[in-house]
Amino acid sequence: MHNGEQPTPHESVAFSEAALAEFNDIVSRYPERRAALLPTLWVAQREFGWISTTVQAYVAELLKLPIAWVEGVVSFYTMFYRRPMGTHHLQVCTNLSCQLRGSDEILDAVERKLGIRCGETTKDNKFSLDRVECLAACGGAPVVQAGDDYIENLDVTKTLELIDRLATGKES
Amino acid sequence: MNEKVLLHFQDTSADLTDIEQYLGEGGYEATRKALTEYEPDGLVNLVKESNLRGRGGAGFPTGLKWSFVPKDTGKPVYLLCNADESEPGTFKDREIIEHDPHQLLEGIIIAAYAIRCEIAYIYIRGEMALGYKVLVKAIADARNKGFLGKNVFGTQLSIDIHVHRGAGAYICGEETGLIESLEGKRAYPRIKPPFPAVYGVFGCPTIVNNVETLACVKHIIERGSDWFKSIGPEGGPGPKLYCVSGHVRKPGVYEAPMGTPLRDLIDRYAGGMLPGRTLKAVIPGGSSVPILRAEETAINMDFDSVAKAGSMLGSAGIIVMDNTTCMVRALRTITHFYHHESCGQCTPCREGTGWLEKLLIRIDSGVGTDEDLKVLDSVAQGMMGTTICVLADAAAMPVRSFLAKFADEFEAHVRGEDCRADAVHRRVA
Repeated sequence: MHNGEQPTPHESVAFSEAALAEFNDIVSRYPERRAALLPTLWVAQREFGWISTTVQAYVAELLKLPIAWVEGVVSFYTMFYRRPMGTHHLQVCTNLSCQLRGSDEILDAVERKLGIRCGETTKDNKFSLDRVECLAACGGAPVVQAGDDYIENLDVTKTLELIDRLATGKES
Repeated sequence: MNEKVLLHFQDTSADLTDIEQYLGEGGYEATRKALTEYEPDGLVNLVKESNLRGRGGAGFPTGLKWSFVPKDTGKPVYLLCNADESEPGTFKDREIIEHDPHQLLEGIIIAAYAIRCEIAYIYIRGEMALGYKVLVKAIADARNKGFLGKNVFGTQLSIDIHVHRGAGAYICGEETGLIESLEGKRAYPRIKPPFPAVYGVFGCPTIVNNVETLACVKHIIERGSDWFKSIGPEGGPGPKLYCVSGHVRKPGVYEAPMGTPLRDLIDRYAGGMLPGRTLKAVIPGGSSVPILRAEETAINMDFDSVAKAGSMLGSAGIIVMDNTTCMVRALRTITHFYHHESCGQCTPCREGTGWLEKLLIRIDSGVGTDEDLKVLDSVAQGMMGTTICVLADAAAMPVRSFLAKFADEFEAHVRGEDCRADAVHRRVA
């Protein structure tokens, strides 16, 4: 998605057998079905890439919950994506400890290099960029999260090199 | 420096995420002892005697909290481990989770037994993907050894632990927000009372304890409450993890006795200020607590001493700022965070945090007025104590303390004078 376009939801979705088995295991951990909602959404995001309205309806049906409850949760938590994301999701922490060590300069440089602003995805769908709040890694500030990984003790040069490595597939 | 207990992984060549190597270091002996030699109430009393105070921020006595669980309600009791570490400047629980997860599991099993709980959940913040994986593996390994599941350690007890992953919301660190989130809802904090010990998750008695707190429990069983009390001030003792970040040479997590002088943590443990820089200010307990000017930093880092100095130990997230720091910009950054993280449930917080940030953007951008400074303080004042949870206070306290302690810098900004910090202003985000 680029700059304000509404993302097109998935046409239809269904969990694989493995994902369904995982779902059943998740449900068994809680005395109430609703408590399985966040973990189920995590599985759904892994399976379908992002949580479209189609995915929300599917999860609601699986858990026998009103769609509004699912939508309410998806819209509350920042890690559930309501837009398709690029291959690499870069999240630059700009909270105080990182800012004191130069994260503003890093974010500037990343935006210039990728030609996008926070909340956007590059046209080739390789990178999505966001500002993120404190990642609890202030001892390694400034920190960028790339996908699941924390990359610590960065500066502008190291961050731009990281992007090059990601772009050429030398780092996943 | 003392022997490291919570950060023992730094002093051993063993990989403590590997259960065999952990057992080789005497692992799970404390848990075996607790479950086979103590009655639950005996453990509650032992933890009470140790004077352990919660390490999540509020410093509530842990044993006392456990004793609030009503008996014979006929409902299951739940233990929730709060691993939603998110207070800016705080990064200690992550060290325990990623490097020594069994230490935490031991604390959870012992605490669960003490409060007669069979199912515990670790609520870990969503961003910590590595920590999540480490915990899931550690739990599976402990289950295989018979430390979790049915008949743990050959007793009649059933105790199990599940990891529950958050999804990006600071408010889940507030214990009733955490409970709502675990139930699959928006993390809207609940009005207290009823307190979670009486009416918590799924409407059942629930204890919520921080990661570091539960890790301490394991060591209290192993070494005794007298050992624990011998470290630091008796009213709130124990080994403590301090997170030092910002303008120091060696930012990081350091274990030191409760009550270690703040200046020692900055100058000795964290290697002092960056070359050529001087100390300007310190936030001692995570970004929500009142700031201290350099000349106010000759204090000991324990609950009572920091409170006496007009701030709070909080999560021991020590954010160090030097002479290049613009206090207006720093406060703007803090305020942006609380605005972003307000859950929106209570009007004074939802609207107030927005007003604070807007006013600070104006002042930081050089178009603020004297009147803005007055409004800023009065909005902050109006937010305190008027909401369901303390996020509003967490946003207001830094504003009021920055304004009080660095009034000259804020006034210079609204008069259009050069910033008093020894650095050039950067990016307006």
